Amino acid sequence: MKCSFRLAGLWCAMAVGAFAQTDHPVGNIFNPEATPAESVYRLSVLVLSVCAAIFLVVAGLLAFTIVRFRRKTDDGHEPAQVYGSSRIEVAWTVFPILIVFVLTMATARVVIAIQNKHVPADALHVTVIGHQWWWEIRYEDLGIVTANELHVLVSTKAKPAVTFLKLESADVAHSFWVLQLSGKTDLIPNRTNTMWIDPRQEGTFLGNCAEYCGMQHANMLLRVIVQSPADFERWAADQKPDSMNDSHIEAARATFLSLSCVNCHTVSGTPAMGTFGPDLSHLMSRARLGSGVIQNTPDNLRAWVKDPQAIKPGNLMPNMQLNSRELDEVVTYLSSLK
Amino acid sequence: MTPTIAVETEWTLPYRGRVGVVCLIATEFALFAIFVVAYVFYMGKSLTGPTPSQVLELPVWPTVCLLSSSITVGLAARALKFDRLSSFKLWTGSTILLGLEFLRQTAMEWRHLIADYHLTIATNLFGTTFYSLVGLHASHVVLGLTLLSLTLALGLSGKMHGQARRFELLAWYWHFVDAVWIAVFTVVYVIGR
Amino acid sequence: MATTNYIAESLREPEPLPVPSRLHEWIVTVDHKRLGIMYIATSLIFFAVAGVLAALMRAQLAFPNGKVLPPEVFNRLFTVHGTTMVFLVGMPFFAGLANYLVPLMIGARDMAFPRLNAFGYWMFLFGGILLYFSYVAGEGLAGHGTAPDVGWFAYAPLTERAFSRGTSTDYWILSIIISGIGSTASAINVVATIVSMRCKGMTLARMPLFVWLMLVVSAMVVTALPPLTAAQIMLLLDRYLGAHFFDTQAGGSAVLWQHFFWLFGHPEVYILMLPGFACASEIIPVFSRKPIFGRAAMIGATIAIGILAVGVWAHHMFAVGMSSSSNIFFVTSTMLVGVPTGIKIFNWVGTMYGGKLRFDTPMLFCVAFLFQFLVAGLTGVMMAAAPLDWQLTDSYFVVAHFHYVLLGGLLFTLFGALYYWFPKATGRMLSETLGKWHFWLLVIGFHMTFDTLHFAGILGMPRRIYTYAPGRGWEGLNLLASIGVIFQAAGVACLIWNIIRSVRKGAPAGDDPWDAWTLEWATTSPPAEYNFATAPEVRSSRPLWDLKHPEDPDWKYE
Repeated sequence: MKCSFRLAGLWCAMAVGAFAQTDHPVGNIFNPEATPAESVYRLSVLVLSVCAAIFLVVAGLLAFTIVRFRRKTDDGHEPAQVYGSSRIEVAWTVFPILIVFVLTMATARVVIAIQNKHVPADALHVTVIGHQWWWEIRYEDLGIVTANELHVLVSTKAKPAVTFLKLESADVAHSFWVLQLSGKTDLIPNRTNTMWIDPRQEGTFLGNCAEYCGMQHANMLLRVIVQSPADFERWAADQKPDSMNDSHIEAARATFLSLSCVNCHTVSGTPAMGTFGPDLSHLMSRARLGSGVIQNTPDNLRAWVKDPQAIKPGNLMPNMQLNSRELDEVVTYLSSLK
Repeated sequence: MTPTIAVETEWTLPYRGRVGVVCLIATEFALFAIFVVAYVFYMGKSLTGPTPSQVLELPVWPTVCLLSSSITVGLAARALKFDRLSSFKLWTGSTILLGLEFLRQTAMEWRHLIADYHLTIATNLFGTTFYSLVGLHASHVVLGLTLLSLTLALGLSGKMHGQARRFELLAWYWHFVDAVWIAVFTVVYVIGR
Repeated sequence: MATTNYIAESLREPEPLPVPSRLHEWIVTVDHKRLGIMYIATSLIFFAVAGVLAALMRAQLAFPNGKVLPPEVFNRLFTVHGTTMVFLVGMPFFAGLANYLVPLMIGARDMAFPRLNAFGYWMFLFGGILLYFSYVAGEGLAGHGTAPDVGWFAYAPLTERAFSRGTSTDYWILSIIISGIGSTASAINVVATIVSMRCKGMTLARMPLFVWLMLVVSAMVVTALPPLTAAQIMLLLDRYLGAHFFDTQAGGSAVLWQHFFWLFGHPEVYILMLPGFACASEIIPVFSRKPIFGRAAMIGATIAIGILAVGVWAHHMFAVGMSSSSNIFFVTSTMLVGVPTGIKIFNWVGTMYGGKLRFDTPMLFCVAFLFQFLVAGLTGVMMAAAPLDWQLTDSYFVVAHFHYVLLGGLLFTLFGALYYWFPKATGRMLSETLGKWHFWLLVIGFHMTFDTLHFAGILGMPRRIYTYAPGRGWEGLNLLASIGVIFQAAGVACLIWNIIRSVRKGAPAGDDPWDAWTLEWATTSPPAEYNFATAPEVRSSRPLWDLKHPEDPDWKYE
């Protein structure tokens, strides 16, 4: 049964290879792409081997017993009434305790290695704040605020790059889980947790919120986009400037600012400074909308702004009841936020 | 086929009422322990509002009342054991009076805290943990007093004859409530201030 | 089969009473046997209801982007399913088994506190009804205010007023507090009965293992339920009086709820499982025709589990961000508690080894239990390794693990117990043919669903999601898991039909159909209201073996 895990890993690795290198949609914990996940994987090989061995021995003995000692004749004689054996009891107490000792030591080493990692001076620092049901992402050092899609540097042998995450929550408990990069860590209000990743492959890794946080917990999706230094620089540069003041969308921009969108959303360089919902300053640079629920296409954007409740029922952006002129102008404006 | 058993010793097992009350006390102990843990955990963590040292005074007289009531209830139990019914009624009545005085003092303290310091359960973490812990204890005092009053009433109508074993269980419960007060007193009024 | 003079000579069937009188008898009864049957019957009904809830969830998850159920309905389903299975099936089944069998096994006339027994049952029933009443009651804004939807462990601050408007969470709190009072009452009753009412000669060392396990479980209920009750009282104070226990805006701690909950929650899972061990420890020896291997070790292991179980709770919180030293402490304690549990498995196998195994339905269920509980324990060891848990917790792997424990472990032994003691309680045998259908359909369905879900977790599927997008590798696994439900439902349907049919038309059982060795088999089937005509006196842990084999009694060796 345990070898099926390996098979699954192999199948998944093949599936991963079948996709272009930019996407890693099918992940599994036996296919790590960063050091924390790798440490977990190595520990899991030891733990699984021990468990598999125990299973084979005990289940084997049980299977043997079932076959060998089934009642063959009903001769009314009872078998020898054996009450126990102190020696056997001691043996199968001591041996498991030794196994426990070994597993505990191995586990402790990995716990310390992951949790107490010394953060290098050139680490990329990002703060992730969980909301119902989206991720606020802040690069304090770079002055970038975005949502739902975490861009990080790829870590290579030549140039190792660690991303150090601070995890907080604005409302209820959430959990950050991108399984190929690291085990999960919770985002808990009134508490700051930390974790780190150093992804070794470029591309997009998918993750989920892994702590039930209410109605749309299922659709609080996560994307980690691992980029080369050049690509990352380009992305960061695109995130910095304030939104463009393009004259031909002046009317659209005015309409947007006159509606209550500004109460919840921020668009840098405009009076829109709401913090309840995601920052929209560079909305068009994101691959998905609604924290991963739909692709970022013009049609989808229009559908979302028209009625977000139809796409992600129960999410905290209400149907704003825009008429079609308002809708057109808002979508035009949002489409300009590159 | 009468089985002959070579059991020479007498077969006596503990009185089931005792076992039941011990279990009840164990479960209540666990309940209070959690509220005490919450109190200790939140010590010094209130973001606003009055602190214990600002508003709390050592409740000496209530403590004396409650601890004395443990003595009187013990005397009541003993009196009942020896069938001295009028002593029983006297000591039970004293226990109830002392318990009521304790409650009266608690009520006065709370009135003082709410009216003068505006400290309620919703004010801050101190208010939350203080009122819930002390209130939980006070509710157990109320329950105990209710049961004691019941036994006093039964005693007055002459029905407590031979019930010493059962009354002792109530006395044990009352001793437990007093022991909890000692813990609350120490944690809230001594350490916490 | 040798019988004893514990049984009265003549038991004339009384005239049957009119139906309202019979119903009234059941409602006012304080007889432990009737209350035991009521507990078990009610928990089986809740089991069927919660099973339907699960089937609905699996229908929604069979395909990606499922449209069978909207999110708010799904979220209520998994909350009520979990709450029902733990509090309204598992706990009352323990209460039912203990209340029915403990007095019989220790040679007593009834429980220590018969009226408390009845009180416990009605509190449990009322609490259960209150939980389901939430589906039809409640008021409040747009969808808020009906059944609870916060998960069965109701993490704060999702349960605070700000995030749970309406009264749904309050129904969760109150129904559990009320049925919890019933469980505590039962537990106190069981402890007092075992300590104070054993028949002459039955020292603690000579009690059947079933009784030992019920004693430890009851002690655990008494100490482990209060942290939950306390936390729920605190939550009620937060929600109604503006307290700040778990109000993170005022400095409160969300993690504190988790600590309190799991201080209850981990002992709770042992409270759920140990009665299954109790049944297995009675059934396996009888169908192996040998005494339990290593009685003293089994008793010691049980006590060790009871004590160690209070020191492992934070292994449910490895992802919360505790310090590495805290995490390592709980890794150690969790791995350690696996040792006495493993010892029990070894001893059961040792009991079967060298025996003459009879594979009647009770034994079939216990053998499957042994295989399945072994796997469940091993996946538990995997998750005791905290870094591995960081990947596997809150995913379908842990869902598969605990269903392996509770369905593959507990439920299989409880079904075995049903087949084993049904003849005693009703005087009729359940059909072996239907029993075997029940067993095999359940085995096939159980493995189809829960073996598969381990892999969904390994592939990153989190728990408590009402739908998932295609392309993550989860589709085939979910479809297979959902198909398994059909087999499980068919198996349970066989059981229900078996019970209905056998109550009237089952083969007469006689006093001791399995040729067993504990005192309950020395009464009629069903036992007389007073259980034993004369109080038994025992000399060993297998009094009926001593009587049936006077040339080779147990007391020579114990």
